[in-house]
Amino acid sequence: MLTKVHTGLEPVQGVWWKPAHKAEKVWVAVAFAWCMVLFAMMPLWHWKGGQNPSGVRTRVDPKAYFARTVAFAQQYKVGDDRGVPIVQPPPGADVYLAGLTYSWYPILQLEQGKEYMLHISSVDVNHGFSLYPLNVNFAVVPTFDYALRVTPTAAGDFRIICNEFCGIGHHTMVGRVIVVDSAGRSVADNTGARVGQGGVR
Amino acid sequence: MTAAVAGAAPGFRTCPVTGRKIDLQAERLIKFNAVVAVVALLVGATAALLLALTRWQAVHLLPAVWYYRILGVHGMNMLIFFIIFFEMAVLWFAGTVLLDARPAAPRYGWFNFGLMLLGALIVEFMQWSGRADVLYTSYPPLKAHPAFYLGIIFFAVGALGVVGQFFATLTIAKREKTYTGSMPLVVYGAMAAAVIAVITLLHGAMVYIPTFLWSIGVIPSVNPQIYRLLWWALGHSAQQINVAAMVAIWYMLGALTVGAVVLNEKVSRWAFVLYILFISMASAHHLLVDPGFGPAWKIVNTSYFMYMAVLASMVHGFTVPAGMELGMRLRGFTDGLFGWLRRAPWGDPGFSSLILSVVVFGFFGGITGVTIGTEQINIIAHNTLRVPGHFHATVVSGTAVAFMGATYYLLPLVFRRKVAFWRLAQWQPYLFAGGMLLVETGMTFAGSFGVPRRHWDISFSQSAFDVPFNPAVDLFLAIMGIGAIIAVTGAFAFILIAVKSVFFGESVTSFTRGVAMVGIPQGLTHPPVHAANVNELNEQLHSSKGGKLGPTPGTVVLVTVFFLAFMLYYFTNWKLLSFLWRIG
Repeated sequence: MLTKVHTGLEPVQGVWWKPAHKAEKVWVAVAFAWCMVLFAMMPLWHWKGGQNPSGVRTRVDPKAYFARTVAFAQQYKVGDDRGVPIVQPPPGADVYLAGLTYSWYPILQLEQGKEYMLHISSVDVNHGFSLYPLNVNFAVVPTFDYALRVTPTAAGDFRIICNEFCGIGHHTMVGRVIVVDSAGRSVADNTGARVGQGGVR
Repeated sequence: MTAAVAGAAPGFRTCPVTGRKIDLQAERLIKFNAVVAVVALLVGATAALLLALTRWQAVHLLPAVWYYRILGVHGMNMLIFFIIFFEMAVLWFAGTVLLDARPAAPRYGWFNFGLMLLGALIVEFMQWSGRADVLYTSYPPLKAHPAFYLGIIFFAVGALGVVGQFFATLTIAKREKTYTGSMPLVVYGAMAAAVIAVITLLHGAMVYIPTFLWSIGVIPSVNPQIYRLLWWALGHSAQQINVAAMVAIWYMLGALTVGAVVLNEKVSRWAFVLYILFISMASAHHLLVDPGFGPAWKIVNTSYFMYMAVLASMVHGFTVPAGMELGMRLRGFTDGLFGWLRRAPWGDPGFSSLILSVVVFGFFGGITGVTIGTEQINIIAHNTLRVPGHFHATVVSGTAVAFMGATYYLLPLVFRRKVAFWRLAQWQPYLFAGGMLLVETGMTFAGSFGVPRRHWDISFSQSAFDVPFNPAVDLFLAIMGIGAIIAVTGAFAFILIAVKSVFFGESVTSFTRGVAMVGIPQGLTHPPVHAANVNELNEQLHSSKGGKLGPTPGTVVLVTVFFLAFMLYYFTNWKLLSFLWRIG
């Protein structure tokens, strides 16, 4: 029944499509079942899980997007840090964030436990949104508005690192997100503290 | 060209070791492609050292401009020039030597080689001179000099030409009946790689021709999201050429070093077909957190249609070691579960490369790749150092190590030279693979803390806001840096051995079976021979008397360990993901 013993370097003679041995069949079956599990986990997480990259995705003109972001920043501005406005929109609001070489605009101040519609786009080239220290990463592609429903679960002072190469100053591109706790207390008062404890140096 | 060995047809020589007919034109094409591949490896490995010593924050060697420039050089030389030139050599080898056939239109082969070389040189010049600081991916709207895109197009057209010649060579071999029956599995695997190469290079044309036209101002803009989609249909599929070529080489090295047999042709060939069928979906797992595509598209495509290509790799991950185990058992190494492994030729660099390639590719590259390529888990992995941590385990520890192992056999068989610095050659696979394992571990763990890839300065000394990484990150980056020094030493050792052997090596025309010889891998001086009653033994091992675990019980244990590690890593990552903000 078995094929004549041969290596992968020899041409195979005659009928070679013989049935596989049981051990091999079992492994193929196990691997196939595991592949189904791997596949099922993704729709399952959309249904039951809390973290999905779905969002609402639309095309947008970069100039129009930036104008909308600036208007948003002016409307809800509560302060500024290093010339970048700190913006505190009401819970449930549409929040706009723009990546431009080499900064993130504006600084967002969000409330813990409240949901926001966070729009992210780029004004110029590709950027990468990487929320530190949570390690939440999204691609930022010009002409596309990526709107994600986000609910910050803990207060703190976060950073946005750019993790897509955007030019020679790429490594200087850092933004800031402040999450205040449910009592409305600002964990971050912007004086000489560290990430996780609030504030910047 | 006239120096045909007596007894062979004109234009051929007969290999004194294997008795194969080797076409002299094809042999020269193999040599030239392999030599250029090694030169590209030298450039890429030098770049790798400079990059690692920059990312190792305590050393921080290069200035920012040169870091990004060299990063682009590293990507092009390693992922394109080294690997594809070597694959061209593999195609010429598999199409002609393994089938005793003549190559189709060798002159056209030289034209294609020249075109590829010209394209590569243009790209090198553009990158080194700072006219293409757009990294390997060159995402628009970042723009490079038009000649950069043109160089890549030249290279791709040349490569596509060689792939076409490979198919023509197969046709000729079949028509001229240079072999009987079905083509060997190794050639079949190379053919799968060639089919994938066609798909890949067509995507390359689809992405780089419009981008070139945009760079010279003929078309006003390139949709950045469509570019990302098509670019990765080139960029990832190119890696699947590597995988198919690497698996073919696994089967080849297994046969040469330990007399590995093909367990079941049907199963192994189907696994190659699965690669071909689902590869064009591979682009998707680079775009899982991109704004241009919806969840349904992402889920179907990132899973290569329900992970059918992963299934293929898991099948090869069983059949390759099982073939080695069965081959060893049929040679009489039957003691216990792992006697076949203990008695294997660990001092043969062809074998050690093979086993290191299989193990690191499977355990490290495979498991991390499937996990971070999951739609939601990608949120905690995209563009962090976890990504290069994964693909160095596949492309370097997997493909490059397998190619190095194959080189130790090609040197005596095709170049007819002894392997120079034989002692060093015996250590080289361990040195290189060991160093790479440190690199991959360091990158993966640093990435888990959110350290970005392709980033000059994670101390953010020139940024408006500070980002104080966990101090553990410094440790992991140091591990990466030290690993890189070891691995690059291993790569340089390989280059030294290859160059010395090819250009200044001691020529070898024949050797006696059973007599060990310095500079000749054991699989050639002591070719693995199965027991005389091999078919009877095979029946016995396959029968129920062979035990519950079948003819290859050691492999069953190994894949079970692999499967448990896979499940553990995969579900741990889901758990980590669940700690984040609610996002949707």
